[in-house]
Amino acid sequence: MSEAATPVNPASNEPTLAAAPAGDRPLLQLENVVKHFPIRRGIFFKRQIGRVQAVEGVSLEVRRGETLGLVGETGCGKSTLARCITRLHPLTSGRVIFDGVDITRLSAGQLRPYRRRMQMIFQDPFGSLNPRRRVGSIIGDPLAIHGIADGGERKRQVQELMEVVGLNPEHYNRFPSEFSGGQRQRIGVARALALRPSLIVCDEPVSALDVSVQAQIINLLEDLQGEFGLTYVFIAHDLAVVEHVSDRVAVMYLGKIVEMADTAELFGSPRHPYTAALLSASMVADPEKARSSHRVVLYGDVPSPINPPSGCRFHTRCPKAQPLCSVEEPPLRVQAGDPGGHLTACHFPVAPGEQLVGAEPAISAAVTEFVATSPGAGEEETV
Amino acid sequence: MSLSPFDVGSAALVADEDQSLEALDAGRAIEGRSPLRLAFARLRSDRIAWLAAGMIVLMALLAVVAPVLSALTGHSPYNPDLVNGTDSFGQPYGPGQAGFLLGTDNVGRDILVRVAYGARISLLVGVLATLLATVGGTILGLVSGYYGGWIDALLARMMDAVLSFPYVLAAIVLAAVFGGSLPLTIGVIAFFSWAAIGRIVRGQTLSQKEKEYVEAARSIGAGSFRIMFVDILPNLIAPVIVLGTLLVPVAVVFEATLDYLGVGVGPPTPTWGNMLADDQGSAGFGAWWFWVFPSVALLITTLGFNLLGDSVRDALDPRTERLFANRRKKVVVGGGPDASARADTDRLSGGTEAR
Amino acid sequence: MSLLSVRDLTVSFPTSDGVVRAVRGLSFDVEAGQTLGIVGETGSGKSVSALSLLGLNPGADVSGSALFEGKELLALGPEQLRAVRGAEIAMIFQDPLSSLHPYYRVGWQICEAIRTHRRTSRAEAMRQAVELLRLVSIPQPERRVQSFPHELSGGMRQRAMIAMALALRPKLLIADEPTTALDATVQAQLMELLGGMQRELGMAMIVITHDLGLVATVADSVLVMYAGRGAERADYRTIFHSPHHPYTRGLLASIPGAAGSGGRLVPIVGQPPSLIRIPSGCAFHPRCPFAMDVCVRDQPPFVPVSGGEGHLSACWLPPDVVGVDAAADAARQRFVEGRRGPAIARLRAAISGARARGGVAHV
Repeated sequence: MSEAATPVNPASNEPTLAAAPAGDRPLLQLENVVKHFPIRRGIFFKRQIGRVQAVEGVSLEVRRGETLGLVGETGCGKSTLARCITRLHPLTSGRVIFDGVDITRLSAGQLRPYRRRMQMIFQDPFGSLNPRRRVGSIIGDPLAIHGIADGGERKRQVQELMEVVGLNPEHYNRFPSEFSGGQRQRIGVARALALRPSLIVCDEPVSALDVSVQAQIINLLEDLQGEFGLTYVFIAHDLAVVEHVSDRVAVMYLGKIVEMADTAELFGSPRHPYTAALLSASMVADPEKARSSHRVVLYGDVPSPINPPSGCRFHTRCPKAQPLCSVEEPPLRVQAGDPGGHLTACHFPVAPGEQLVGAEPAISAAVTEFVATSPGAGEEETV
Repeated sequence: MSLSPFDVGSAALVADEDQSLEALDAGRAIEGRSPLRLAFARLRSDRIAWLAAGMIVLMALLAVVAPVLSALTGHSPYNPDLVNGTDSFGQPYGPGQAGFLLGTDNVGRDILVRVAYGARISLLVGVLATLLATVGGTILGLVSGYYGGWIDALLARMMDAVLSFPYVLAAIVLAAVFGGSLPLTIGVIAFFSWAAIGRIVRGQTLSQKEKEYVEAARSIGAGSFRIMFVDILPNLIAPVIVLGTLLVPVAVVFEATLDYLGVGVGPPTPTWGNMLADDQGSAGFGAWWFWVFPSVALLITTLGFNLLGDSVRDALDPRTERLFANRRKKVVVGGGPDASARADTDRLSGGTEAR
Repeated sequence: MSLLSVRDLTVSFPTSDGVVRAVRGLSFDVEAGQTLGIVGETGSGKSVSALSLLGLNPGADVSGSALFEGKELLALGPEQLRAVRGAEIAMIFQDPLSSLHPYYRVGWQICEAIRTHRRTSRAEAMRQAVELLRLVSIPQPERRVQSFPHELSGGMRQRAMIAMALALRPKLLIADEPTTALDATVQAQLMELLGGMQRELGMAMIVITHDLGLVATVADSVLVMYAGRGAERADYRTIFHSPHHPYTRGLLASIPGAAGSGGRLVPIVGQPPSLIRIPSGCAFHPRCPFAMDVCVRDQPPFVPVSGGEGHLSACWLPPDVVGVDAAADAARQRFVEGRRGPAIARLRAAISGARARGGVAHV
């Protein structure tokens, strides 16, 4: 048994990972993962002039066979976190523990066996497939790299994979440009599946697809999960999609997890004001829900991750912010009255049934003023 | 699994989610046409490309048949022949005189035979030096762009240095030290040409390595070598081919320059460069054929490769490529109008109209 | 009379591979102060049709009629169209960088937009520009007018573009995928802003999108497009609760959280068709679970059906079969039985022929 099961440093205020026997030990554990990107200037002697705090102390665990949804807006660090999990980015600090083994500092060679068990599906079905290579060799790449199959055997396995993801195996020799977006995403799925991984990190796998095609890919991913016992980390910004596919959901804001709970719990009674605002802002394809729901409009933009706000990073846009929020960072913990798995990082969590009010006066007041003060359109001459 | 009522009885048509329509829609399935094959097809429909290829083939034929020409006419490319090659006053024959199609030079050598032999050298040096430069430049450019850091700093500065070096001067010094020869000429030209390719390849590599497919390759455990040569390199082939084609005429002219200056392959081997140099004194003499024919040969060769390079670029250009690609409908429908919309937005808003 | 009345709009682009028939006889109306949502997938012709109204599709063959306040837009010359664009009909795009010139300051661009159409002093135009930026809740507008587009965040750029579009108080705003590239919270801000502007200015809007959620939130009426034609048109409630067309029905079943979706999503099979080789009859028939022989043969007319006032649909299914529930689907199915003859048999044969090797069915 490795050091994986040791609890996280209690001083970090992060949830403690319980020691567990190998059987039901989480497949993936992140401990205090931090990823900063240095900003450098200069040609020969590059000076570091700042850093982007993309991921700032994320701890979570993913259980075998579940789907953990990761939601957040642009720049919240969810894609960076995905790349930290799959070790495409080296971590600044913290640990990634895969099936009980700390893979954070493994060399490329040592990492290889873990790469086999941990794959990724990318967002862009156009960019993630090499345009100059045939589909057969793209899907067969993992088999070639890991020396699993060669020649005819590789071709057989690739065609089997194509079959499994619903592609025509006869299209083995085609180029990615000859497929539609949905089919390309199937190619990406087949490639991720080739090594029979246990964990697949899906980075916005359906965001770039047409509506009617999205459902095809979502269903495919669901079927494969059942068939191959896969565990997913599913990253998306579309809350409806995340709600549909996930067992548990973690919400990220500016590099930190602000709330994490079972899907129904999180969507049913969000406690963090950001989660509540995000949920209310998402537009459901159901006119009654979409129009009746009280929309919490957040003002301003997400602050820069180069200079994140002090204390709680959300306090600059939070409708419930108090002086304390800009000083002290709230720990991610179980709030009073919540079930054990529901963690929220907030000093003043949203009470069930509470209605949030936007942080600034409604825009319509400004519009009314504009219309009243500026000259009417009719008076102006048209050139 | 909860079946939506939407499925009722539709199983036969829902049998497959993706390809059914594909099969119906594209009755004539196009089997794996590689981007290069598509480019080649485009090239074949380009008249300029045919013209350019014709010019190159003409010069290549000339090079191939040079010994035959020499044997048929009995005119040696090397040895002066004042008896048969000059008239009774010792003057060279003009074109068409005494069975010399292109005339003779002032020591009585057949200019046609010498131009044909010159083609051998020009094409050999041009193609071989370019090949060497292309391979070297591609590898160094890839390495430089892919690894970045100090390797890149070093290689990039090296390329800058080579590109800014006074190469003629360097060639003269090298020839003075080692004596002019064919391998040295090729080496010198390759050495001064690789940086042009290297710089482009480096730039392309820098942009390619940010693409998601490279990340995908890394996520399945591919090593640096594999990513560079299996994943990135095929995406650089197009610009490399174009540049390579355009580099050939440069190398041909380079070779002619060196020979003209007397530091290239050197006499007695006939090259267009040293023919021009030999004939220099005679130009004022009225024997225009001394310099016109080697120059024309040089012109046809360089023009041929330049035109071919342009055609190849057009054929490989990703924008024209998209218009021809199998899935073009998306581009035409989505991209075309969008692009025009973008161009028109200025007008729409009146924003920059007053400019 | 409607503010904008489009009849039988046809747009095609000649290309080297054949004619791309992007829009094939589209008709719709936009009432003053109302919002029309146009929904469709890639290649449905939704953007092309809007651009064609403003003469923004160079190289396209456009025919049909588009009456805007009684003016025939399609007959206007370039100069007359310019007077309409911006002043009476404004447009905002998905990518704000495409509408904002990178080398000019934002304030200057808004000024020019105003001064192109109105006789105003530069100082007065600049004052209005600041007001507009304030209106779209850009903080410190006095300073921001001096910014270049790249100095603004994505959401701010989008707002600056809206400010520019609204500068002349257009009667109609066409928003082409206005929020696609934006995050949910920013999207909510913008739609609230646009909604407010619309109420106050009495402006009509056409919102072109693939996002049914956006349509459910903002549209008064909805036009669903497929392969360059209107598939269905109705008020927003009818579209979501009593759709007639199987395509609309299928879209709703394939979206998580949509009004008619159950536990597992039910995708529409296949891909949207090529606009160069459009399927015969009803263009949707190869993907339609209720395809009949007539669908393969004849194009269905865009006719009233019984979902509600102004509910139109282009489908051969009986007009009274609407809805997203099991009963409606069963009714559709009953109607279809016996109307599937040789044409559907051929279709099935073609599918199974293409799939003779067998495969995994995701049903």
